[in-house]
Amino acid sequence: MLTLKQSRRLNTLVVGLFAWAVALLLFFPIFWMLLTSLKTEIDAFATPPQFIFTPTLENYLQIQDRSGYFKYAWNSVTISFGATALGMLIAIPAAYSMAFYETKRTKGTLLWMLSTKMLPPVGVLVPIYLLAKQFGLLDSRAVLIIIYTLINLPILVWMIYTYFKDIPRDILEAARMDGATLLQEMLRVLLPISKGGLASTMLLSLILCWNEAFWSLNLTSSNAAPLTALIASYSSPEGLFWAKLSAVSTLACAPILIFGWISQKQLVRGLSFGAVK
Amino acid sequence: MADLKIHNLKKGFDGNEIIKGIDLDIRDREFVVFVGPSGCGKSTLLRLIAGLEEVSSGRIELDGRDITDVSPAKRDLAMVFQTYALYPHMTVRKNMSFALDLAGADKQEVARKIEAAARTLELEPLLERKPRQLSGGQRQRVAIGRAIVRNPKVFLFDEPLSNLDAALRVQMRLELSRLHQELQATMIYVTHDQVEAMTLADKVVVLNGGRIEQVGSPMKLYHQPANLFVAGFLGTPKMGFLKGRASRVEASGCEVELDAGCRLFLPVSGATLKTGDPVTLGIRPEHLNRGSEGNCQLTVKADVSERLGSDTYCHVVTGNGEQLTMRIRGDFTPRYGESLSLTLEAAHCHLFDSNGVAVGQSLQLAA
Repeated sequence: MLTLKQSRRLNTLVVGLFAWAVALLLFFPIFWMLLTSLKTEIDAFATPPQFIFTPTLENYLQIQDRSGYFKYAWNSVTISFGATALGMLIAIPAAYSMAFYETKRTKGTLLWMLSTKMLPPVGVLVPIYLLAKQFGLLDSRAVLIIIYTLINLPILVWMIYTYFKDIPRDILEAARMDGATLLQEMLRVLLPISKGGLASTMLLSLILCWNEAFWSLNLTSSNAAPLTALIASYSSPEGLFWAKLSAVSTLACAPILIFGWISQKQLVRGLSFGAVK
Repeated sequence: MADLKIHNLKKGFDGNEIIKGIDLDIRDREFVVFVGPSGCGKSTLLRLIAGLEEVSSGRIELDGRDITDVSPAKRDLAMVFQTYALYPHMTVRKNMSFALDLAGADKQEVARKIEAAARTLELEPLLERKPRQLSGGQRQRVAIGRAIVRNPKVFLFDEPLSNLDAALRVQMRLELSRLHQELQATMIYVTHDQVEAMTLADKVVVLNGGRIEQVGSPMKLYHQPANLFVAGFLGTPKMGFLKGRASRVEASGCEVELDAGCRLFLPVSGATLKTGDPVTLGIRPEHLNRGSEGNCQLTVKADVSERLGSDTYCHVVTGNGEQLTMRIRGDFTPRYGESLSLTLEAAHCHLFDSNGVAVGQSLQLAA
């Protein structure tokens, strides 16, 4: 028979092993992608897969040479940050009015907004493509900023709404009694209090924009194409170059992964704590 | 100067009238307490005065200026909230200076005012801390400090002590009383706690169902409640009520025959009762005496007793099932079910007609 202490230890061990197994399973594709990107095309094709090989940076250099990685990266950065900034600018006032001036229809409006996320994007591809063409916005960063802002808006509003809901009304009323205008109330009281939540909302929006592929593939070709389009360009038209595809994918994932890593603390805090505790 | 006048104030939410027409005069330097059961509209009334709720109809005047539609910031009022409502991201100093900073006050002047308020409230060592590093009592003091630095015409307090523990509440009550003396400011205070109302107020406003039941000094309300509601609401333990009817009405008073089984002549003046009218007699626990001498004797059965040391609150049941509470010496505790003899002091009895309105004025000892 195990003592209580022993059985607790065993429990910890089993749970720990399981967690490691899941983590490794999830991490493996990324690890394999990184590994493949450092192989020559011949090594990358080898069966059985090779674990021991002479690493090379050849693929990375070729990508920059052939496609101009930084142009795509810059497009990704401007589109993601642009759409996030624009989204926050709309979502914050929207969430403010829903959280602090709730009406009978607020809950319904929120649900309706979220329900738009359930539509398949391809269902509106043709009208949006035609609209973009009409306005001369095809292959422009502006069109992606607008589309990304709109598709992420329901999520941004929902997230910010829940953070604002945690803030006692009294604090805003106190600011009002203290003579704050609506703008001062927002800028000097509401936003500083909810900065953790706003930061994680922004981070999520950045990640979603960065990773979006459907609209970028359909609405851009060369000028405004972000990294997701670059990856796609390596997957089909030029044949299956596994090593280069891996290298370009690594380059596309790396910035957002590093960014997420740095702001991890903020993200976790924003997601797990109430704004005022 | 800060005279606040409220004229026929009404407020409804979604067709429900919460405040049903209130007229009230609050004079300069008065400490006015709004008291009443939960849902009586006392907080709403305060928020209407503050400008945090829109008035449905009626008028609010401050020193002759109509402020009914003026924004909260421009009313020259400061409010202390039940939850303190401190800005969590600002230090105590910033919390206190926020209003003055917004108003663009001189930096040195602001610093001076904060020092002064901090000294009054013993907050000096805490000025650089954030609200989350403070205890409940300290937070409450910061909230009060935030109001003081603005030097408002009227201070509004919305149940400021209800989040504190019992011991701290007593202490803060004394501090608030002292503060009122020192600042000589007009204060309006909302509470559901009648002890706070009695101890703090110059003037108590008893609210019930969106209407004022009675306005007056705490002692006046205690000794001359205008109706059954006020009589039952103020005083711990509660006033006991006995049903009966007027058996003889004279110019000098009224004889009441109680259902519990005795007759009592009450010297109420100006009684509008007729012989045979149903009445309710009210008597406070301290005016019920044990013993068999007196003009109205009741035989009651002892229910449970609460011993407080100095006093014992003895709950008793009359022959016809009416409940009374008796305050007696602490060293006496009747056994449960024991039969006791009580006498009522006629001079201290309150008489209410069938509508619950006090009849005449009985001869009161204090006022």
